[in-house]
Amino acid sequence: MTTAFGRRQLGTILGLVGLCVLLTILTPHFLTISNLLNVTQQTTINAIIAVGMTFVILSGGIDLSVGSIVALAGVVLGSALQAGLPIPAAIALSLAMGAVCGAVNGLLITRGGLPPFIATLGMMSIARGLALMYTDGRPISGVDAAFRSLSTSSPLMIPAPVILMIVIYIAAHFVLTRTTFGRYVYAIGGNEEATRLSGVRVAFHKTMVYVLAGVTSAIAAVTLTARLNSAQPIAGMMYELDAIAATVIGGTSLLGGSGTVSGTLVGALIMGVLRNGLNLLGISSFLQQVVIGAVIIAAVLVDSILTRRRK
Amino acid sequence: MTGICKAYPGVVALDNVDLEVRAGEVHILLGENGAGKSTLMKILSGAIARDAGAIEVDGQRAEINGPRAAHDRGVRAIYQELTLVPYLSAAENIFLGREPRLFPGVIDRRRMLSQTRDALTRLGLQVDPEKAVRELGIAQQQMVEVAKALDDRARVLIMDEPTSALSDREIEELFATIQRLTAGGTAVIYISHRLEEVKRIGHRVTVLRDGRRIATREVADVSIPEMIRLMANRELAEHFPKRRVPPGEELLRVEHLRRRGVLEDISLSVHRGEVVGVAGLLGAGRTELARAIMGADPRDGGRIFINGAAAEVHHPGDAIRQGVGFLPEDRKTQGLVQGLCVRDNISLPSLSRLARAGIVQGARERQVAGGFVKDLRIKTPGVEQIVAQLSGGNQQKVVLAKWLAANADVLIMDEPTRGIDVGAKVEIYELMNGLTARGAGILMISSELPEILGMSDRILVMRLGRIVAAFDRAEATQERILQAALGHAA
Repeated sequence: MTTAFGRRQLGTILGLVGLCVLLTILTPHFLTISNLLNVTQQTTINAIIAVGMTFVILSGGIDLSVGSIVALAGVVLGSALQAGLPIPAAIALSLAMGAVCGAVNGLLITRGGLPPFIATLGMMSIARGLALMYTDGRPISGVDAAFRSLSTSSPLMIPAPVILMIVIYIAAHFVLTRTTFGRYVYAIGGNEEATRLSGVRVAFHKTMVYVLAGVTSAIAAVTLTARLNSAQPIAGMMYELDAIAATVIGGTSLLGGSGTVSGTLVGALIMGVLRNGLNLLGISSFLQQVVIGAVIIAAVLVDSILTRRRK
Repeated sequence: MTGICKAYPGVVALDNVDLEVRAGEVHILLGENGAGKSTLMKILSGAIARDAGAIEVDGQRAEINGPRAAHDRGVRAIYQELTLVPYLSAAENIFLGREPRLFPGVIDRRRMLSQTRDALTRLGLQVDPEKAVRELGIAQQQMVEVAKALDDRARVLIMDEPTSALSDREIEELFATIQRLTAGGTAVIYISHRLEEVKRIGHRVTVLRDGRRIATREVADVSIPEMIRLMANRELAEHFPKRRVPPGEELLRVEHLRRRGVLEDISLSVHRGEVVGVAGLLGAGRTELARAIMGADPRDGGRIFINGAAAEVHHPGDAIRQGVGFLPEDRKTQGLVQGLCVRDNISLPSLSRLARAGIVQGARERQVAGGFVKDLRIKTPGVEQIVAQLSGGNQQKVVLAKWLAANADVLIMDEPTRGIDVGAKVEIYELMNGLTARGAGILMISSELPEILGMSDRILVMRLGRIVAAFDRAEATQERILQAALGHAA
């Protein structure tokens, strides 16, 4: 995990710096404090979801349901707040919803023997459908003034969601590098059978990885609901793609077993800066999609060419 | 084939082997596991490249440098694992890649079916050409494979243990097909461990041992015991540094272990200070036995006692907690996580004991791993080296270190020295001596008879999922073990 990985990480960081330099030259509006804060804040949601996605992909799986879980956890939160539940209780309920969805994913995969792609594809549709059914397709608006401050307050001059994101990344980095759970995630993704024969309870740990992805999606839902001051059943559409893109651009192998959350954070920032820069340059949203798709492909293509050459 | 040589790092697989096969004969290749039969046949069919030697087909030098070239020269091979596409029909499988076309890109179904029927009738096979292959029995699938292999230009057909999955009736069908083929002038090279079959259908037999040709005889002139003697009579060239320890109390006992269709009524025990060798041919159920004891595969019956107490083993973790460790036969896919470093691999089974409240104590972990790297003399730049970059012998030492770090008392070693060079082998044997001297017990599965004889205190022989013989070190010989493994116990 040392040198080869360090080099890959350095490449991602250089990509981000290069992108920033380019945008600074191209437009005077990029390198301003307010714009940079704006970019970071816009990145938080995707970055938080991408933490869970990184664990899942490290373990050799994939989770397509994160976007729908954002919507479902969001409407649970919104309705709990409207019903007058205290803020901490409402948040706990929302996180529990995310955890349950993740646990169902995990059990379908480990006990039911489904491929992660199928299990989470099903959950993607189920969670979205439940969110729509529960709200009858309408957003839950005007949640709670105190709750809004979760998004608007800026302790230490930094927006609260950004602080939350940083705390989550530090915690995730610690879990991956210092705990038994983190080690098992790498081991399972690297060689599931060898890990099982070493006595590790693979099914349990894999399930926990999906629970974690459900919880980070719910945390993202809390942040999103606070920012929009409303919970929407159609929130989080296609978020799974952004999260997978951030993870993969950040150098995590889709085959599992290798990657870091710090890489994922850089990957998420690249996605955020790119979107922001294209907006500042006045490029149409249609062309933006083309550019972003091309960047994702280029990042992974460079990676795969480099690994092949090393062999 | 003349003067065929093939070497892998650390082993000579084939040493100057000659083989001459005549048109219209069934030529048997005999030899124990690892004698070089499969390697020789893979060279003939172009699956692997030879280091030296020449191949002639019909008196003409044949430059076989790949499967395609072998095919062009009329060499066809059928392996134990069938190579059919299960969802396609028999006809589609037979013509896969060379379908008759109506016009470019469009298959002429009618012609394909009628040609398939012709081919099947010619071989005397009764197979519905339109049925999906997965709906056919194994024997019928094999017939389809034969029909696929044999077109007008086929001169030599290689069959590797074709009867291993067949019932008696199906075997008769296969033999009838083989006789029809040879009557038509095709040569058949037939690999089998079933010596009665060899007597029944073979014309001549070539025995290989340790990559050398030992003899080629008329089948009619050799008896079955003589064949076994030719296969077994190896010289114990390697030196085994075996040190014997008086056995102590019982560490592991297995009673009436069963797994349907795989293991039948297995009972055994391993004591402190003992190496119990498990011999047998490929597919005898030795690896399956190891996995069943570890709880890696389900069991249908039987009991396991560890340190004298009945043990509930449902998962490898259960066995490991009670002091059993397992070195799987394939280091790459089962023994190690190749992308992780030496330290992470060594600590994997014992990580929870190196952690407090789920947090790994990095300093302790490094210290433990570093200690084993030193003790076992693992050659690595450091404990953070990725294991994929170590040599086979050093990788095997890392696997061993895993179980030593987990305080395993009983070690189940499946082919502990496979793919390891001679020097590293001796080191592994020395480590085994050190373990038994300290009171550990070892259950060693091996396909190398010299290793079994050289390192075991007691030897069990498996055949078709059962233990069919047990020998003390003093009474065991290669010949007796092989007789039992082949089902010809005297």
